[in-house]
Amino acid sequence: MNVLAVDDSRTMRDMIRVTLDQAGIQTHLAEDGVHGLEVLEGIEPDAIITDLNMPRLDGFGFIQAVRSQSDRGTIPILVLTTESAADLKSRARDAGATGWIVKPFDPDKLVRALQMVAG
Amino acid sequence: MSDPMQEIRASFFIECDELLEALLDGLEAMSNGGGDGETVNVVFRAVHSIKGGAGAFGLDQLVEFAHAFESAMDAVRAGQIVVDDHHIALFFQGGDTLADLVRHSREGTELDPSSYAELRAKLDAMSAEVADAPSAPSADPAGDGFAPIALDFDFGPDPERRVLITFAPDTELYQSGNEPRLILRALNALGTAEITWSLTENTSLEQMDPEAPYLAWEITLQTASQISKIEEVFEFVDGICHYQITEIDGTDHEDPASSVTLGPESVDDTPPPVVKQTAPTAIQAPAPAPNAQKSTVRVDLDRIDRLVNLVGELVINQSMLSQSVVEAGVASHTAVASGLEEFLQLTRDIQDSVMMIRAQPVKSLFQRMGRIVREASADVGKSVRLDVIGEHTEIDKTVIERLADPLTHMIRNSIDHGIESSEQRRASGKDETGVVTLSASHRSGRVLIEVSDDGGGINREKVREIAEKKGLVSPDQVLSDAETDGLLFLPGFSTADQVSNLSGRGVGMDVVKSSIASLGGRISIASTPGHGTKLSISLPLTLAVLDGMVIRSETETLVVPLGAISETLTLRREDIRPYGPDAQLLRVRDTLVPLMDLAAQLGYRPPLKDFEGSIGLLIGLEDGTQAALVVDAIEDQRQVVIKGLEQSYGSVPGIAAATILGDGQIALILDPGDLIHRAAKQTPPATPTPLEGAA
Repeated sequence: MNVLAVDDSRTMRDMIRVTLDQAGIQTHLAEDGVHGLEVLEGIEPDAIITDLNMPRLDGFGFIQAVRSQSDRGTIPILVLTTESAADLKSRARDAGATGWIVKPFDPDKLVRALQMVAG
Repeated sequence: MSDPMQEIRASFFIECDELLEALLDGLEAMSNGGGDGETVNVVFRAVHSIKGGAGAFGLDQLVEFAHAFESAMDAVRAGQIVVDDHHIALFFQGGDTLADLVRHSREGTELDPSSYAELRAKLDAMSAEVADAPSAPSADPAGDGFAPIALDFDFGPDPERRVLITFAPDTELYQSGNEPRLILRALNALGTAEITWSLTENTSLEQMDPEAPYLAWEITLQTASQISKIEEVFEFVDGICHYQITEIDGTDHEDPASSVTLGPESVDDTPPPVVKQTAPTAIQAPAPAPNAQKSTVRVDLDRIDRLVNLVGELVINQSMLSQSVVEAGVASHTAVASGLEEFLQLTRDIQDSVMMIRAQPVKSLFQRMGRIVREASADVGKSVRLDVIGEHTEIDKTVIERLADPLTHMIRNSIDHGIESSEQRRASGKDETGVVTLSASHRSGRVLIEVSDDGGGINREKVREIAEKKGLVSPDQVLSDAETDGLLFLPGFSTADQVSNLSGRGVGMDVVKSSIASLGGRISIASTPGHGTKLSISLPLTLAVLDGMVIRSETETLVVPLGAISETLTLRREDIRPYGPDAQLLRVRDTLVPLMDLAAQLGYRPPLKDFEGSIGLLIGLEDGTQAALVVDAIEDQRQVVIKGLEQSYGSVPGIAAATILGDGQIALILDPGDLIHRAAKQTPPATPTPLEGAA
């Protein structure tokens, strides 16, 4: 599997990378929504993990931008955020998120969720 | 550091420092009225990211406080709270506490929660206001974002149960990138699934809406898993599909042949609900598009040090080469000589560039001083502002780290002794708020750091009085203003009875002076009565090279740090007086200083009795001790690259480090302070003695 992870926190990116490495999942990293879209141009990930609150382009905008691309509109996107409040989940879903993982994440759960949405 | 989690943890704390810096920058902008939505967002994000990382490492205390802080910032972000000075002060305190908690977390210690309980309560009160407001967006006061991760306790195999599940996706399920196939597979993974599918609508193929859902499934699951496990499968699609989970009573086994039984792989036989996008192939992803925003690289300090070392070798190699070319008698106008000249220039440029890699802006250090000012001014009840100039000036990272303590002390001193009380300031027509200015700049190959205040200046009469009382000057001694100010740096000048709690933490300006000196720096003071005081520190750009005097002692070539030498003298027999059976004193104008036979001290030969014609290096230590170091000859004065010895030899008495000279010879760099203090212990008492009757 091949995953793009977008998060403005370096620590969080590192954690995701290590978690996915250990599960044998190839990881591409980006620092915010704008960077995420740039990276996405060169890869075809099986799934995307994204933070919501980021500079330049936040998670909502990023998801919408991905969903509007005709050839990538159905990529599973997991939202990874500490904000588990219900309205954020529904906002993320309205923007087109496939699922969500609450930080701090349980590594196994992240991998399971990825397998859940991306096979 | 091979454990990836340990590495991430270490990098998390580095990130915390950066985030705290961004946080303070943001608050600074907010306090100056420039806090637009994005500034507030930056502050919020900084706290949020610290919380996120802290959560991952189980740093509960940090998470908890960051959460309270974040919630309060969220209230601001949501426009529920109009920020005033009081809030800003609260946020600054929050930033300081967060920094404390980060430090404690890094060190694995706990900060006493009562030390910030009041602040915590105020922050909670801010977010509570928002939680009560009807249009509260995402305030999460209950902290449910931090519900502990549910643990799956496995108490052995559960009794098997049969569960009937119906599942019919809505359009949104497909639109959000979810895949019924994967949900069916996940269910099958929980046990044995018998899956049947049906069309929800009988429509001809021509009339089908490609985006509408037409499929539904019925799953009979034979499983040992809890119902909650099955519900978990539907977590992401809850609300965008119809599903029902019913436990079938009894354990009668129906003949599975009547329905389709699927193995893990055969799920794919289910008609695909949507036309799958191009399957991900094994193409190698091209390098991600370069991020124009990033212009920095993170490099391990060890690697830089290795590079610094190699460049040191290069410099040495270059000068050895030059020397052998000269010795070979190559004329100066030849191509070899001019090529060598270019090589020399390049080597110097490389050396300078490499030294600058270790350099960092003083900004982080200056930001910490902002906190010192806030705390110290609150402690003494004065209103003081910190102005910062040149925070982007760069110095060696090690120098920055070691400047924190002396700067803290200097700033506390300025606030405690320099800045007057509000009443006094009003009376003298000054603004009630005192200003401490911290500035950094590059000046002729060194860095100049100045701490100045707009206070009352040094009270020279008082200084003189104290110095006389402590016997540091005699009552009839005439001192210039500058000399009087310099008394502040004398050891023993500052004591508990004349400094307040604030600056008098057991150290005086003499300690500041010696810590600056240990960085190869100098400190000076200037003061104008009624207008303030300025302390100036001049520092070398790097600690990797040293200005040294190359000397000879017997057959050995040694290097003495130039900064330690105050004077060089040719010794004459009549200036030397015996002192006890073994020691001698040297008369230098009106004082006697102990004479130290370097070669004997280092064990190169037995002590001499007659030093006529030898060279004396007058060494003045920061603590006021003086001594004359006897050497055989002065050979050169040059910059040397410092090579640590400790790794190979441990700490060697009297020796600071080593260097390699142009001819390839290794020379030890002396530590004059250590040498003199050791000698003083062997032959007491060896302090400078005023010569009576001498003018």
